Amino acid sequence: MSTPANTAPTKVSSVKAGAEDSIRRGPPVEVVRYGPGKRINHWVTAISLILLLLSGLAMFHPSLFFLTELFGGGQMTRWIHPWIGIVLFFSFFILFAQLWKLNLPNRDDVQWASQIGDVIGGHEEKLPELGKYNAGQKFIFWGMASLIIVLIVTGIMAWEQYFGHLTSIPTQRIALLVHSLAAVAIILVFILHVYAAIWTRGTISAMTRGTVTGGWAWRHHRKWLKDIAGRGRIDPAE
Amino acid sequence: MTNAWTDIKNTDLVVVMGGNAAEAHPCGFKWVTEAKAHRGAKLIVVDPRYTRTASVSDYYAPIRQGTDIAFLNGVMKYCIDNGKVQWEYMKAFTNASFIVKDGFGYKDGLFTGYDEEKRDYDKSTWDYVMGDDGFAVTDPTLEHPRCVWNLLKEHLAPYTPEMVSQICGTPKDKFLKVAEMISECSTPTKTMTSMYALGWTQHSKGSQNIRAMAMLQLILGNIGVRGGGMNALRGHSNIQGLTDLGLMSHLLTGYLTMPTEKDVDFSTYMTTKQFKPLRPGQTSYWQNYKKFMVSFQKAMFGDAATAENDWAFNYISKLDVPAYDVLRMFELMYQGKVNGYICQGFNPLLAFPNRGKNTEALSKLKWLVTMDPLETETSRFWENHGDFNDVDTAAIKTEVFQLPTSCFAEDEGSLTNSGRWLQWHWAAASMPGEAKYDTWIIAQIFVRMRELYAKEGGAFPDPILNLSWDYADPVEPHPEELAKEINGRALTDLMDPTDPTKVLVEAGKQVVNFSQLRDDGTTMSGCWIYSGCWNEQGNNMARRDNHDPDETGAYLNWTFAWPLNRRTLYNRASADINGKPWDPTRKLLEWDGSKWTGYDVPDIAPTAKPQDVGPFIMNQEGVSRLFTRGMMRDGPFPAHMEPFESPVENVFNRKMRGNPVARVFKTDVEQLGTSAEFPYAATSYRLTEHFHYWTKHNRVNSALQPEFFVEISEELAAEKKIEQGGWVRVWSKRGSVKAKAVVTKRIRPLICDGKPVHIVGIPLHWGFTGSAKKGFGPNSLAAFVGDANIETPESKAFLVNIEPSTAPKDKEVSV
Amino acid sequence: MANTMDSPRTAVSNPPVQPMETNLTQKDLIRRSATSELPRPERQLTPVAKLIDVSKCIGCKACQSACVEWNDTNPAVGENVGVYTNPHDLTADMYTLMRFTEWVNPETDNLEWLIRKDGCMHCADPGCLKACPAPGAIVQYSNGIVDFVHENCIGCGYCVKGCPFNIPRISKADHRAYKCTLCSDRVAVGQGPACAKACPTQAIVFGTKEDMKKHADERIADLKSRGYTNAGLYDPPGVGGTHVMYVLHHNDKPHIYSDLPDNPAISAVVETWKGATKYAGLAVMGLAAAGSILHGLFAKANRVSKHEEEEAKELVDESVEHADKRVEDA
Repeated sequence: MSTPANTAPTKVSSVKAGAEDSIRRGPPVEVVRYGPGKRINHWVTAISLILLLLSGLAMFHPSLFFLTELFGGGQMTRWIHPWIGIVLFFSFFILFAQLWKLNLPNRDDVQWASQIGDVIGGHEEKLPELGKYNAGQKFIFWGMASLIIVLIVTGIMAWEQYFGHLTSIPTQRIALLVHSLAAVAIILVFILHVYAAIWTRGTISAMTRGTVTGGWAWRHHRKWLKDIAGRGRIDPAE
Repeated sequence: MTNAWTDIKNTDLVVVMGGNAAEAHPCGFKWVTEAKAHRGAKLIVVDPRYTRTASVSDYYAPIRQGTDIAFLNGVMKYCIDNGKVQWEYMKAFTNASFIVKDGFGYKDGLFTGYDEEKRDYDKSTWDYVMGDDGFAVTDPTLEHPRCVWNLLKEHLAPYTPEMVSQICGTPKDKFLKVAEMISECSTPTKTMTSMYALGWTQHSKGSQNIRAMAMLQLILGNIGVRGGGMNALRGHSNIQGLTDLGLMSHLLTGYLTMPTEKDVDFSTYMTTKQFKPLRPGQTSYWQNYKKFMVSFQKAMFGDAATAENDWAFNYISKLDVPAYDVLRMFELMYQGKVNGYICQGFNPLLAFPNRGKNTEALSKLKWLVTMDPLETETSRFWENHGDFNDVDTAAIKTEVFQLPTSCFAEDEGSLTNSGRWLQWHWAAASMPGEAKYDTWIIAQIFVRMRELYAKEGGAFPDPILNLSWDYADPVEPHPEELAKEINGRALTDLMDPTDPTKVLVEAGKQVVNFSQLRDDGTTMSGCWIYSGCWNEQGNNMARRDNHDPDETGAYLNWTFAWPLNRRTLYNRASADINGKPWDPTRKLLEWDGSKWTGYDVPDIAPTAKPQDVGPFIMNQEGVSRLFTRGMMRDGPFPAHMEPFESPVENVFNRKMRGNPVARVFKTDVEQLGTSAEFPYAATSYRLTEHFHYWTKHNRVNSALQPEFFVEISEELAAEKKIEQGGWVRVWSKRGSVKAKAVVTKRIRPLICDGKPVHIVGIPLHWGFTGSAKKGFGPNSLAAFVGDANIETPESKAFLVNIEPSTAPKDKEVSV
Repeated sequence: MANTMDSPRTAVSNPPVQPMETNLTQKDLIRRSATSELPRPERQLTPVAKLIDVSKCIGCKACQSACVEWNDTNPAVGENVGVYTNPHDLTADMYTLMRFTEWVNPETDNLEWLIRKDGCMHCADPGCLKACPAPGAIVQYSNGIVDFVHENCIGCGYCVKGCPFNIPRISKADHRAYKCTLCSDRVAVGQGPACAKACPTQAIVFGTKEDMKKHADERIADLKSRGYTNAGLYDPPGVGGTHVMYVLHHNDKPHIYSDLPDNPAISAVVETWKGATKYAGLAVMGLAAAGSILHGLFAKANRVSKHEEEEAKELVDESVEHADKRVEDA
């Protein structure tokens, strides 16, 4: 992040350089979408999810059992999977605590969802102006949150080593079935999330450098951009 | 056992009473399952608890411990009243027809001649009327009012089903069902076997419990037949061998008796060993007593035993009291009259009643030697284990020598099983650490003592110096040498009595069996009944041929059974008076017109004519005894007696306590509790997961039954607010233990003499050594009193109290 | 019978003096966990079975003891909790367990002490094997033995959930699943299972499944003659039959024997989990991934245009001006 070298006091804003939801005048214009804390959180969660996905799939279908080699064999895979789950759970829910308010649904989401064809077709000009998150992102957020809850609860019930005696075997059977279904669901959500990030060019930098271009914000989240610009959260140009 | 384990498969009805065969003898019990599976046999269990044997029974009836005589007398009465008697057998093979002296009678729970002061009977009237011909008078028509049969009927008259139920607490319908099932075995083609163990012996009238069943078996015609008999299930693999080899203080080997102070010389001793037949033509085999006794003395003292010195009769000690049984020894120890004690393969601290007294007694010794493969509580009696052995170690001066020995799998020798089979075994493993063979230890002690006596003399060194010790290595006699010595051999050439020119046995050769033993000092034999075990044919105990012609269960070529490889005692009784088998499908012996033939070694002279010679050849009568004359201290018929500690009074004599002639030491009388203070009837027993106090040293057995517990009914638990698996304290007048509570439907309160009696079951496998959880044994609580005839302690019936409690405390280990 | 046998016919005899065919090899597997393509075995071994006659069992626990000795396990010395069942449950060190139930027969009002030897039933359709995710950790031989191959076990405990009888236990020491092997290592060399050999009353017998069924018929006839009209053989069809069977005096209500399932079958939940879910789940995930890739390849990416960047710049500049003005006004 750049720190203003010139000490001339800005009249625009008292926003701290590089702060989340702030604009760097540029050029080019950049908008800070995520601070470093959230990004670290995101990547811990993401890596955990990927590891869980790989280790879980290894135990889910025999054709994928070879994936256990990534973890040092079946025993290690069985051992590490629930611990990664614990890491993911805590990491994700720090994120959750920070983002849940912004992900509450509103009227625009209904409109956005009803025009899903335009979304997929890339006709964003036909959509209403949106805040920081669109309905798709909110769906991923809430999907992840609820599935992680389901997975951690059922996962603990099936965690033989420590909780094998906590619940009855018929309950554990249901837990394992639900865990599998939830895992499939979360993988679908995960695919959607990753693909959307790739397909919507210019998105990934939000989670790498923390910034998006002004145009990206204008195109996808204009209400958000207008809001922070309107509030003067603008960083003077270098 | 009169029969063998393998013979049980031939039975139609198994009665387990006074034992718990499935639980305490699971391997032998297989023959019960065989009989059930392949003969359709039924199994009856009569026990205070619904045991593991009961779990596979066809009928179970509860009974209050210590009331078996009343029950069995009731069954006998039922059989006689309903004509369910094997009449021919009873008339021909029992003393039912013998006329009894006029003075004999029974009143108020006592037989004629009772002396309360001496706690003994004058038994002079307990005998037969003798005829002028020197034989007992009989009335084969059984009409004489004084014949044994009529006296027996009179004696049994009070034992109605109602009376049985009142005494035993057995519901009347259950008693009648059992009586009916048993009575069906009175036909010649149906047999019943009795399997019993310490549930009958560990009572102050234990011998009479067994007599009652033996009499029932006789009137049903079930002795000497396949699938019948009186089958004592011995509690150790070699406890039969213990009694056979005379390890009881009043016995020599082979049931020869120890002389008493009255036997001033050999001829006086022999006056009581004449065994003249009481009926014409009878065998009365004990007439050969002198042959066995002289041969025994020759085995003991060799050339030092001569005709001139009465066969060294004075080398053997003479009893000044009836017996130095364990109870008496511990009483003497308790009185400070014993200096040293050698405790070989024995754990009296947990095995004998009133542990508190035993601990005090052992503390008064100068020295104690223990010989055991395992660490016993006795060898550690001085060690403090908190509540589990609360002793003041510093105050105990006894010097303890703990000598580790081999265990049965580490040495060679023979074990005598319940069926009297001498089974040779070989070492399967070598001994650990410093362990030594018992024979090595004893030989070392003996040889050193002999040296001391040789050097220093002493009051009477002769028996020690002259003891025959003719072994290749005097400090380590080999089992083979000992076995051969037990069998016996000719000391000079033995000539054939029918042809004096013919040598029957050359000098130095083994005798074929005891029939070759002589009373003139020309033979020796360490234990006459075992003779034949290792003769010139070799080691017969090592035989392992399991062929069994016609599958009779005899297995004559498997090891060696005493006497003479005979598998069923009194087997001549399996055939009728003319020698025809009662049940042709279960033939054992048959008279072919000139001799006895069949599947077993005849228990009679092979050419003894069936009509002339009775089957009970060891008895002077030639027949079995429904009336035992003066041979038992507490009566010629079994009569109901309560245990010394009983929850109810004796209905025949409410003032009488226990067995009126059982010996009780003064201090122990004071330690008897009453039902007012100790309302619950306790009993002790074994569990199948363990063997005595041994297997708690084994982790597997310990895992299968880890912790001391007591068993009580749901009713008593509710009354006392005792929880399943909770801690309880159980205490008697003599001690207190803490245990886990097993609350069970398998024990129910019984209504006896009009009031409910609660039973507390106390298994006996825990102590303070080994790998199982520390615990107690029932002997902390049981009373120090024994059977009137044989002094087996009354560990199966005593009184306790019980309450919820907390865990016992082990000794705190200071760091 | 041929002069060689493929499996032992009894547990009571001493080791066979006749040669045995090589037994229980990889070639004799008919099922292997998490393995779809298993070559068809070239031969069919004679199906074997252990028959436990509950009516002959005296609850002596010799079977438990023999099992511990043969398998060289080390069960802990526990405590008494008021029952005879010790240890209190099957463990990774105790593959078989005598379970004791005090049951009052409502018809006779008599107490019956029901003692059942619990342990692996060796189902023809084994739920453990179905649930197991580790290839080759659970195998089934053509003679019916279901065996755990510990080096392949990952310790997940799915077998515990798959089993309709609640048998496998996961070791806390090495995190592998353990249960009765029907002494496959003994059977392979012509010996019967250790428990059957140790059983003093032959309540446990072992042989071909056919022989065991015949033996059971004799036992059931005997029990019926003694008044147990519902005596019968427990060989539950819901799991395709088992290679450990019981003779029960009350075969109409197996549950009285310490909760022996009346009609055991692999749970529908497990069937769904290991059936539809496994395949459908994989398919859906594959489709989603493939769909995304295809969309990515063939659909136009959602790009930000130059125009939009300028719009943003304008907006920002305007906002700054506005702000400056507001500051000046102030």
